[in-house]
Amino acid sequence: MNNPEGRGAPEVTGSGSTWKTWGLLALPLFFLVVFFYLPIINTFKFAFTNTSGRPISPIDLAGIWRPLAFTFYQAALSTGLTLVIGIPAALLFSRFFFKGKRILRTLVMVPFILPTVVVAAGFNSLLGPRGWLNLALMSILNLSTPPIDLLYSLAAILIAHVFYNTSVLIRLVGSAWSRLDIQLEQAGRVLGATGWRNFVEVTFPLLRPSILSAILLVFLFDFTSFGVILLLGGPQFATLEVVIYIQSMHLLNFPAAAVLSGVQMICTITIIVLMARLAGNTIVPLAPRLREEGMRAAGSIKEKVFVFGMVCLLFLIFLVPLLALILRSITRLEFDPGQGNAFQTTFTPVYYQELFTNRRGSIFYVPPIEAMRNSLVYAAMAVVISVFLGMLVSIAHSGMNSKSKWSEVLIALPLGTSAVSLGLGLLLLFNGFNWGAALAVMLVPIAHSVVAMPFFIRTVQPALVSIPITFKHSAAVLGASASRIWREITLPILWRPILAGALFAFTISLGEFGATSFLARPEFPTMPIAISRFLTVPGALNYGQAMAMSTLLMLICAVCVFAIDRLE
Amino acid sequence: MKHLIILLAFCFSLLAGCRSAESPIEAPTLTVVTHDSFSVSEGVISKFEQENNVKVIFLKSGDAGVALNKAILTKGNPLGDVFFGVDNTFLSRALEEGIFSPYVSSNLNSVPEAFQLDSTHQVTPVDFGDVCINYDIAWFETRGLNVPWSLENLTYPEYKDLLVVENPAISSPGLAFLLATVAHFGEDGYLDFWRRLKDNGVVLANDWNSAYYTNFSASSGRGSQPMVVSYASSPAAEVIFADPPRKDAPTASITGKDTCFRQIEFAGILKGSQNETLAGKFIDFMLSRSFQEDIPLQMFMYPVYPGAALPAEFTAFAKTAEEPAMMDPETIAKNREKWIRDWTETILK
Repeated sequence: MNNPEGRGAPEVTGSGSTWKTWGLLALPLFFLVVFFYLPIINTFKFAFTNTSGRPISPIDLAGIWRPLAFTFYQAALSTGLTLVIGIPAALLFSRFFFKGKRILRTLVMVPFILPTVVVAAGFNSLLGPRGWLNLALMSILNLSTPPIDLLYSLAAILIAHVFYNTSVLIRLVGSAWSRLDIQLEQAGRVLGATGWRNFVEVTFPLLRPSILSAILLVFLFDFTSFGVILLLGGPQFATLEVVIYIQSMHLLNFPAAAVLSGVQMICTITIIVLMARLAGNTIVPLAPRLREEGMRAAGSIKEKVFVFGMVCLLFLIFLVPLLALILRSITRLEFDPGQGNAFQTTFTPVYYQELFTNRRGSIFYVPPIEAMRNSLVYAAMAVVISVFLGMLVSIAHSGMNSKSKWSEVLIALPLGTSAVSLGLGLLLLFNGFNWGAALAVMLVPIAHSVVAMPFFIRTVQPALVSIPITFKHSAAVLGASASRIWREITLPILWRPILAGALFAFTISLGEFGATSFLARPEFPTMPIAISRFLTVPGALNYGQAMAMSTLLMLICAVCVFAIDRLE
Repeated sequence: MKHLIILLAFCFSLLAGCRSAESPIEAPTLTVVTHDSFSVSEGVISKFEQENNVKVIFLKSGDAGVALNKAILTKGNPLGDVFFGVDNTFLSRALEEGIFSPYVSSNLNSVPEAFQLDSTHQVTPVDFGDVCINYDIAWFETRGLNVPWSLENLTYPEYKDLLVVENPAISSPGLAFLLATVAHFGEDGYLDFWRRLKDNGVVLANDWNSAYYTNFSASSGRGSQPMVVSYASSPAAEVIFADPPRKDAPTASITGKDTCFRQIEFAGILKGSQNETLAGKFIDFMLSRSFQEDIPLQMFMYPVYPGAALPAEFTAFAKTAEEPAMMDPETIAKNREKWIRDWTETILK
């Protein structure tokens, strides 16, 4: 497999190509410097100079070590669990036909957009003390207390992380898997490799770049996890991100927060570099395959069991919590105080109706349609920015020697930075410029793009690199111009990964909360912000409206994902 | 590429569309920086806008701590003209940072002395709220259990596993409750109380949202604990936002001596504002009767102006504490970090 010929990479030789690479990278790097690095550096500067002579309360080593160790521990566990479910799921999607495939494909993408408040609510309405599961068990087994107690536990954190991140594996690894030349596996089989050995020796090495890419994204996602830890883990658990938030936002101990952010960034850089090393030069050309070439219906009993089992598992993990949430948005739970645990449920449209009324006459009331429009406009702009810049980076990187891809680190670093610091940094830096409301509004999709770009690049780049150079050479020999090669060879092959990457950008933007809460003007709130507004006031109507708005967000996301998938 | 350009143009036109709808005439603007819980009625604010020929823009971000943080970090080059939402737990820190210009409102003499904690007049009190333990009335009634009336009561065996409290490092009601225990038991005794509370099965949540909606049995989340640290005004909100509508509150507050902590929220003119005169007028406006009477239903806090009429739900169901725990802002500013750290070491480890 390590035959150097035909690799995608060694296209760069002369200095002319280096200039070309730089030209391509200039704009994306400029974008990141202005909208990520300068704001972050600026915030660091503030942190150390703006303490007005207060003694800097030092944070002891234990104060760094404990959250750091826990951060690594839960991220490793979560990533491992995500792999255990995600790899077979990727296999399922890339190799088998089955009923409900399209729906399932859409479903697994939905969690990605859900703000943590909503996931926590969904989790609670399913597994919480009065969640459907506990209610059912209590009435079946006639218990007086809820039998399942997952609230504020490590298990809750892990389940939520798997729920969030499995889609990354399915999209990234699944798309690489379906592009894989089926003949290679067939050759392995002919040569006597059984299923498992074939996977280990043929398929896995071919999938390695995309698996590593997916692991990197998932690990960093878990590593910087914030909302899940806060809402589902409870006070017992604190990641670096949570400690940074407490130090900066609640204790106003900016130097300590800056030191911790520094530690987190160093860890992120180390992880990215390490993964790049691991990936090494293992890129193998993948001739583009017909769309459903490797697909088949499950044949043998073993395959049927696998497909059936996986489909059930995925429906259980992804559909049930979403259904619980939807159900909760149209149900009124009434407990009869005289009857202990007896409760009755009635269906009601009242929470949806209430969304359209400004009961308190507040100036901050936002009709749901408007919140939807804001979310969609921001998401569309984020897609445009991240696809455009991401394409430039991917093209530049595909022409670079992988050892010199320090720019990869530069571009991936935003993944390891807290959304809150990003939002704060942008706000502080651009606060001084008097540049009109239109551009101030642009900060929201810009922040979303900074986060979404690495996802786009990780999706597209492996595919771009894997296009055999011979294709381009043959075309060139036949007299095709560079632009024609791009149009007629590269683009058709890349079309699917580009769509998948755009989908990530779209969903990341729809669900982003941390940076948006800093940057969005109160008159243009996004749906996640509208949801969180409902949950700051007590009362059944507010809770119900939050559930209703979450359901709408989910439906919109599902419709968009479904539509984009259709484009394939 | 062509599609991208069309898409981009479409987005801009959408945005341009919603912008032009927002501001038909260019009136001078006044920017108010505040926290997420801030709200005001359309009618009340538009009256101020008309009288002063100004457009008021609100910038919100996060809870009180996050919003103040933003104001401190933008010192000298403020995001706006007025800041609303610094409370007595953050007051000293805010004054120390020197982010406010002094201003004495002409309406200040109608505000009781007890609320005027800043003798330098950099900030003006606007509203207050009591952080109290809320309880599920039906839960206690069906079990024939007496509702606890003091902090000490909470450590009795009959109340084991019944209380959920927010993390004082993250949540502002959580911090207020911690301060109430420090005020009542003293610096030497409060950790002992918390140890006993922990032995009695107190449940810890990170923020108000989880504690109230996930753990509290009387909320729509229908959790397991019938007591939660929330606000004295929460029972009123439970009636106003009830579904199905109801005549009485499902919850009530425990308002015994020292069981509640009083939070007072202040507003100030941000130093560096280009609009100091208008900003002063806005502070006056916040102390005017129309704004003060708007506070309860918009923010679920109480007006500092004693003459302001309260809505019926408040007078019926939301009882303020007669003897809330109080602590002077300097003591809080000096010790908050230490108390939070000690609490974390004792309770979470």
